Amino acid sequence: MTHYLDHLPRVGDTPGATPRALADNFSDLHPPLTERQAIIESQRCLYCYDAPCIEACPSDIDIPRFIRQIGEDNINGAVHTILEQNILGGSCARVCPTEILCEQSCVRNHDAECQPVLIGLLQRHATDNMRFEEHPFQRAADSGRRVAVVGAGPAGLACAHRLAMFGHQVTLFEAEAKPGGLNEYGIARYKMTDDFARREVEFLLGIGGIEIRHGWRLGDNLSLEQLRGEYDSVFLGLGLGASRRLGLTGEDAPGLMPAVAYIKALRQAEDLVDLPLARRCVVIGAGNTAIDMATQMARLGAEEVTLVYRRGVESMSATGHEQAIAKANGVRMMTWARPVEVLLDGKGRVAGMRFEKTREEGGRLVGTGETLDIEADGVFKAIGQGFDATSLADPLAAQLARDGERIQVDGNFRTSLPRVYAGGDCVAPGQDLTVQAVQHGKLAAHAIHRALMAQQEAA
Amino acid sequence: MNMPTAGLTDTFVNGIDLSVDFAGIKAPNPFWLASAPPTDKAYNVVRAYEAGWGGVVWKTLGEDPAAVNVSSRYSAHFGRNREVLGFNNIELITDRSLEINLREITAVKKAWPDRALIVSIMVPCEEAAWKHILPLVEATGADGIELNLGCPHGMPERGMGAAVGQNPDLIEKVTRWCKQYYSKPVIVKLTPNITDIRAPARAALRGGADAVSLINTINSITSLDLDAMVARPTVGSQSTHGGYCGSAVKPIAMNMVAEIARDAPTRDLPISGIGGISNWRDAAEFVALGAGSVQVCTAAMLHGFRIVEEMKDGLSRWMAEKGYRTIADFTGKAIPNTTDWKHLDMNFQTIAHIDQDKCIECGRCYIACEDTSHQSIAKRVDAGGARRYEVIEEECVGCNLCQITCPVQDCITMVPQETGKPYMSWEEDPRNPFRKLSAADPAAL
Repeated sequence: MTHYLDHLPRVGDTPGATPRALADNFSDLHPPLTERQAIIESQRCLYCYDAPCIEACPSDIDIPRFIRQIGEDNINGAVHTILEQNILGGSCARVCPTEILCEQSCVRNHDAECQPVLIGLLQRHATDNMRFEEHPFQRAADSGRRVAVVGAGPAGLACAHRLAMFGHQVTLFEAEAKPGGLNEYGIARYKMTDDFARREVEFLLGIGGIEIRHGWRLGDNLSLEQLRGEYDSVFLGLGLGASRRLGLTGEDAPGLMPAVAYIKALRQAEDLVDLPLARRCVVIGAGNTAIDMATQMARLGAEEVTLVYRRGVESMSATGHEQAIAKANGVRMMTWARPVEVLLDGKGRVAGMRFEKTREEGGRLVGTGETLDIEADGVFKAIGQGFDATSLADPLAAQLARDGERIQVDGNFRTSLPRVYAGGDCVAPGQDLTVQAVQHGKLAAHAIHRALMAQQEAA
Repeated sequence: MNMPTAGLTDTFVNGIDLSVDFAGIKAPNPFWLASAPPTDKAYNVVRAYEAGWGGVVWKTLGEDPAAVNVSSRYSAHFGRNREVLGFNNIELITDRSLEINLREITAVKKAWPDRALIVSIMVPCEEAAWKHILPLVEATGADGIELNLGCPHGMPERGMGAAVGQNPDLIEKVTRWCKQYYSKPVIVKLTPNITDIRAPARAALRGGADAVSLINTINSITSLDLDAMVARPTVGSQSTHGGYCGSAVKPIAMNMVAEIARDAPTRDLPISGIGGISNWRDAAEFVALGAGSVQVCTAAMLHGFRIVEEMKDGLSRWMAEKGYRTIADFTGKAIPNTTDWKHLDMNFQTIAHIDQDKCIECGRCYIACEDTSHQSIAKRVDAGGARRYEVIEEECVGCNLCQITCPVQDCITMVPQETGKPYMSWEEDPRNPFRKLSAADPAAL
């Protein structure tokens, strides 16, 4: 996928870019707490009643309870509290924007209280240190029901695990070679290090009753019609596989590519020195993917990284915390400018981007006519993900009612097609957060289970 | 600051005099080290004096041969953040010979004449034993003796320590021997492992004691090793109960000090307060309840002798702020306000008030009151999701629970209410079914 950058030098060509230096650059952004630190931090939790942090957690984790369990040296108990609501609690501990969720609502996030309890790091401490001899959740007796889950990302995995707990047989269809979805392919390497994503999925599958099949893609070799025929229910956790296009000429020129594709290559790279490196990068976008892309490029050795966004800082979807990470890594932020032209060199390769300055007029974004060029040998677009058109090639999937481009679901995650449910980033409304995808998968599993049980009673 | 110069007093704030004359024993400040490991030998005691302690009670002397201690001796009751709440030991009295101890005491007293040096003693409950040791101690030049009638572990099995201290007749007898064979002040150290602390205090007074000191340690098992199924401290595969001290015992000690200070027979008996004193505030509280000096052990064992600097400094500044010039100025000052339940004002009413600006919305007051008290706090959630906790005044009994569980200082205050009713004790209260038999109606008695 990085063939767009084949003409560029490799990361290892930069003096000083030794495997060791790179490993340091991509080690844990927030190192885990030591046991002692975790105990001290756990004591800061006030064990609030009806705690605001629980209300702020999209996956309903009983945060004060698990923190108290950490404080009482009951790590397995703490992990059970976390995982019973969020089976991907380990990855959420790493990737959740806690600064706008639990930690923002922490009652100690208050001038007089110094700072919020470090809930994310405590959750990580618990999940990193669990010591279960066998999978902590038990399957109910086999229900004889079979459910197909499409997509082994956070939503699909959470759904599959909960369905397995209820005693249903789950077949998980995944297009990629590895399970995990964005956890495996899309998270900045310093946020989720080593093979944690793989190990977490392995742990999750430990409940049993889940068969995972790789290389199956809806609309390609997998048909929704067939799944509906063979399974009692279907859950779609398709994610948002398509990167939005800029809609400019030269968009397919060497040197320009989607940020998610580069991040995927970066996450899968055995050796970072082999990755192509743009010495001068432009990242277009203002979400967490844009930040991840810009920061990782800087850490790989890029000399100049500029993040360009068409609106002001206040409209960026990346949190202030994320923006600060990028700035600390030397990323330059340019706001109020939109891409208008891909600048090419004599060989037809990217040489830079031309931007037009923007401003807001009556709530609408308009160009000012003034342009500026930024020289770059690599341009990465991170302007959002869309529904992958190929999954709609499936004749039945094409009939799914939509809400914008995303799949429409009701409060029980039911799509417009009977016995077909959907959740995660592919449905609306979505915050596109891992933790929310997990919650969707879990709640959809409950809804599927209720429906299957109702059928059984009716029969 | 604290050189071994005779007559030097501890002055931290101009005009504040920390010196004490405790039952005739003079010291530059009321902070003494209790008889315990920190006062076991000249080396430690000199370091303590150098650090600024006003006095030292030398670790208990006994008859030769000296006691022999086991290995593994201390254990603790930890708080959730590993702070030591309580401390426990199974050490015996000095394990060095009487001769060495007496020689060191003599030398130290000579080198540090301005500091109080008191010698703790425990010998068998026989007149001859006391008659033998007391002149030897007198010859050291030490300022007084403290009778260890309270050691709760090991020694009672040999008929000493708490075995004597739990028997008022024996206390009186031993005290009398001491007054007979020793000319300087005799302090009787009391064990808390009894039902009514007033009985041993009165016995000490009857025996002629110049003062009492309390509390000695409380029988305790602090914690267990749940893997090995044995208590701590562990000696091999076994354990035994020890003596409990440290912050956790302070409330128990203060009550016992107050009991003696309030008791008519012992009202004027000097008290050296002991039990969990860790800072100047603790010391001030003991003094306010009647202590003329305070003794410290656990806090020094956990942090070293340097803690006395802040104790003296903090106490001096507080005294200056309150207008107390000497320790005597506030000794026993809280005693008139410490009374029996029956004398409390039945018409007094206080009600919780929550400062909404300080509230961080943790809900602890709410759930504490709702689950375990009087359902007097209402929870309201506004449209924006902000929580607001409000006291339902007509339900509030003024129990203080919400104020205690609130993590924010001064967020919940207890506000005394103007009831318009006069003072009325339970003895006068018409709701008291035994009122006719009480003081309210002496004629009925």
